[in-house]
Amino acid sequence: MNMAVNIAGVEWKNPVTTASGTFGSGVEFSDYVDLNRLGAVTTKGVANVPWPGNPTPRVAEVYGGMMNAIGLQNPGIELFCKRDIPFLKQYDARIIVNVCGKSEEDYCEVAERLADEPVDMLEINISCPNVKEGGIAFGQNPKAAKQITQAVKRYARQPVIMKLSPNVTDIGEMAKAVEAGGADAVSLINTLTGMKINIHRKSFVLANQTGGVSGPAIHPIAVRMVYQAAQAVKVPIIGMGGVSCAEDAIELILAGASAVSVGTANFHNPSVTMEIVDGIEEYMKQEGFERISEMVGLVR
Amino acid sequence: MIKEKEQAVVLSQERLAEGIFSMWIQTQAAKRANPGQFMSAYTEDRSRLLPRPISICEIDKDRHALRMVYRVTGEHTGTKQFSRLQTGDKIPVIGPLGNGFPLERGRGKRVFLIGGGIGVPPVLELAKQLQCENKQIVAGYRDGQTFLRESFEEHGRLYIATEDGSVGCRGNVMDAIRENGLEAELIYACGPAPMLRAVKAYAEERQLECYVSMEERMACGIGACLGCVCMSRETDSHSNVKNKRICKDGPVFLSTEVEI
Repeated sequence: MNMAVNIAGVEWKNPVTTASGTFGSGVEFSDYVDLNRLGAVTTKGVANVPWPGNPTPRVAEVYGGMMNAIGLQNPGIELFCKRDIPFLKQYDARIIVNVCGKSEEDYCEVAERLADEPVDMLEINISCPNVKEGGIAFGQNPKAAKQITQAVKRYARQPVIMKLSPNVTDIGEMAKAVEAGGADAVSLINTLTGMKINIHRKSFVLANQTGGVSGPAIHPIAVRMVYQAAQAVKVPIIGMGGVSCAEDAIELILAGASAVSVGTANFHNPSVTMEIVDGIEEYMKQEGFERISEMVGLVR
Repeated sequence: MIKEKEQAVVLSQERLAEGIFSMWIQTQAAKRANPGQFMSAYTEDRSRLLPRPISICEIDKDRHALRMVYRVTGEHTGTKQFSRLQTGDKIPVIGPLGNGFPLERGRGKRVFLIGGGIGVPPVLELAKQLQCENKQIVAGYRDGQTFLRESFEEHGRLYIATEDGSVGCRGNVMDAIRENGLEAELIYACGPAPMLRAVKAYAEERQLECYVSMEERMACGIGACLGCVCMSRETDSHSNVKNKRICKDGPVFLSTEVEI
């Protein structure tokens, strides 16, 4: 039995990675997770320059999940390259750098800066609902999404994963658009835009008013959208959205994902990623699967 | 060594005041814990995922035990579930987390230990461990339910302020300091943001060294998600912006480092 997967020419030892923004660059979680056991670590989004992010409160708990509006606070690509990449290079896990930007030029600048860095893949975040410029503005319009994919591909030396938003009418159309733009893979779903109100203070709970909903509550939506994207495109899919146990991850794989990301569940159990790797392996043994690829998109 | 979420054992549970509970738990965290650090406690209700950051009120290294005094924030909340736990029940935790109060800074000095509301409990272990010249504990409460009062009286001079004036000075902790004519060379404080803002202003006016323990909504509790930041005066070396992580870089900060 072999848990390795090949995502756009990059071999991961197993199909489990971390959802961007929930795991930093792995430093803090390395107290609780042997990073060597992960297929890949996907970093928090990084931009060309440092971003301060949104005012607090930035997070709130909701039934079956949470909301966040961090606003892509990040230290900028220079410090990231100097500090975070060397940290991750100590481990035997693929490095996926999530890239954010306010304009096409921002994304391209970061992709170009990373071209000679020892990172394995880039994930382009065109789906963050919590920033006013960039982010989701590119992720809700197929033409804009295709155009930014083409632009980034001109600068990127590593395979490019386009991270898609669920806040669209037709996820298949968005997946097709970025595939046409040259995306090597797609990842989905980012968070769903939500809002929470404090009925006693009669005000918004999050300073940003709206935030991205994540956690188990959104998992069925992720399964549906991964399935729809899998019907629409040929490039590999990294599935995410509310994965909190191996069973959730397996659902996404059966729906068409070649790999899965674990996000909010890290906050409930900092070691959950390793448990999910073990759980997938156990399932493969029980069900007699030799390879992950035999499971991908099995449900039609 | 890889750490993991631990199933701590509830040793006792007690209601101290309206909505305020005290729980002793047996945990490996006790041997490493310092005053001002906190524990992340998880509910068993899978619909409530995020850990509840709860300050450490007392540390008993001999019994491998920690005391957490916490406020129940309402019906159907995680803290409500915690309050129903009984002796022998399990509670998942990680910790101790964050940086505590720097005890050595107060050694031999005249010190204020200021706690307000649910910021009162962590001041107790600080009061127990601090070796200082004049230990002036100033505790602010809403009303006459002055939980932990007897314990504080064993470890220093206690001055109480209550919002309704039912015990001690009417008003807040700053009113109690003024009314009692208190003075100090160094301050430790934990409480709601308006209180910390006042304490910080008081300390800076008098150029006193002051440590504040901050609070914010948290998600991961370990410094990864950037949910619980506060503004820092200078660019922070980790974030590379004027933000510090309360859970990881704090919760205790030198008052001049942060904006409240």
